[in-house]
Amino acid sequence: MNATKEKMKENQEAEMKNAGLQEEVRFSDDLYREHILDHFKNPRNFGELRDCTLRHKELNPLCGDEMEIMLKINGQQAQEKKLADISFQGQGCAISMAAASLLSEHVKGKSVEEIKNVQPEEMLGLLGIQVGVVRMKCALLALKTLQKVLEE
Amino acid sequence: MINANKIREDFPILQQKAYGKRLVYLDSAATAQKPQAMLQAMDTFYKTSYANVHRGIYQLGEEATLQYEMVREKVAKFINAQREEIIFTKSATEAANLLAHSLGEKLQEGDEILLTEMEHHSNLVPWQQLAKKKKLVVKYILLKNDGTLDMKAARELCTKKTKILSTVHVSNVLGTINPVKELMALAHKQGALGIIDGAQSVPHLPVDVKELDCDFLFFSGHKLLGPSGVGTLYGKRKHLEQMEPFLFGGDMIKEVSFAGASWNDVPWKFEAGTPNITGVIGLGAAIDYISALGMAQVAEHGKELIAYARQELAKISGITLYGPKEGIAVVSFSILGIPPHDVAALLDREGLAVRAGNHCAMPLLSKLGVPGTVRASFSVYNAKEDVDVLVAGIKKAQEVFRQ
Repeated sequence: MNATKEKMKENQEAEMKNAGLQEEVRFSDDLYREHILDHFKNPRNFGELRDCTLRHKELNPLCGDEMEIMLKINGQQAQEKKLADISFQGQGCAISMAAASLLSEHVKGKSVEEIKNVQPEEMLGLLGIQVGVVRMKCALLALKTLQKVLEE
Repeated sequence: MINANKIREDFPILQQKAYGKRLVYLDSAATAQKPQAMLQAMDTFYKTSYANVHRGIYQLGEEATLQYEMVREKVAKFINAQREEIIFTKSATEAANLLAHSLGEKLQEGDEILLTEMEHHSNLVPWQQLAKKKKLVVKYILLKNDGTLDMKAARELCTKKTKILSTVHVSNVLGTINPVKELMALAHKQGALGIIDGAQSVPHLPVDVKELDCDFLFFSGHKLLGPSGVGTLYGKRKHLEQMEPFLFGGDMIKEVSFAGASWNDVPWKFEAGTPNITGVIGLGAAIDYISALGMAQVAEHGKELIAYARQELAKISGITLYGPKEGIAVVSFSILGIPPHDVAALLDREGLAVRAGNHCAMPLLSKLGVPGTVRASFSVYNAKEDVDVLVAGIKKAQEVFRQ
């Protein structure tokens, strides 16, 4: 299977490039590194956000993942808008749950404009693992959901 | 007696390694791997006999047509039908859509279609869409906690209003073997048509359409060790004669003028356009291969593997097994604390190919109360040792998550 595997790796790299991913980011081959499992088992910012101003739910039919993100935005003017608080809830695989947990920590306190510009490679960098083509959806579900909320 | 280790040698892809380990392929319910003889048959056909069918009067055209029609005969014999009752489609899904379309034309507002709660989306969504369009009612035969159908509910739900009863023969999630003969009799008692989704049964059980007395039965080629892109629909001739075609185009017509067209005889009336000729040749070779093993032996092997898998998996702490004790070819489970996709990803690193998710049966999964399961499914090339590798892989996955 080595030749096929090589080919798959090439494809994956091409895919990542297409997604705007930097080659120099080093990814671990081990999907279930300690911090992934930690964020899966003890997700940060998990649960209902009582005074949220925005919320949005996305589904990933591949895994049956469900992701709901709740935000509390401060500031009136577009430039001043900041993410004061964030929470997420749902169910899904360890990769998608850990991604949501990591992302929630990463974006808290950032301006809305900054968050809108978070690129997929940044999300994968937070995960620090090499994600295959099929599971890219799991890794990027939280980011997709978050950016959908902000579009509204 | 099936010697899976010997059979595996006939499958080139299974000689490969995955992550340096023996590839253990446990996803045959999604699609089965291919024996060399089947690959060879398609290769030889392309190299020596390929031409369009039912058209060219030259030697190659004759040869291709002859071989194509011989497979129809072979498929007919395989399920005990007549050759004009066999229609080649591109998939089982297309066959289900053909039925919903062509039978649907005669249904009227308020008519009922009876399905089961364990249908694959392919035998569910076409009927739902038809019901929406024609204001029909879709009802479902309930699933009991043990993963079998509630036959008492079936008897109550099947009434004079029921026009079509369509049921899966073997569940692609639970491995349940449904009492389809009884269900067909139930449908006929009320004057309804009986349809069987044989996608998971034809590759694993001897299936005799006369004995089951079904009006229609469909299955896919790729799950039967054949190529992808070819499926089969069986229908009783008297029904096929009266049905309108599903797709229109070349080969399905008798005569075309600028004013209109008339249809070819069955089964060609339902095979518009150039069919998957080489795919059909491959299907024929796959049937030769599996027939030589003997379907009774294949069934015994499939049941034995599931019995062994359920017995060994049940010993793992934190596992939940779904489906009845006596199933075939498929076993679904979940592991406490590890989402199904992560189980599958960790098993992958052990060289194991399993499926995780909803298995194209979302209503059934919601009934089970889980968003997804891990599914291991077996074929003739799987041995008990493969189950042992699976069990060891699951234990390793549990260790990773225990960190």
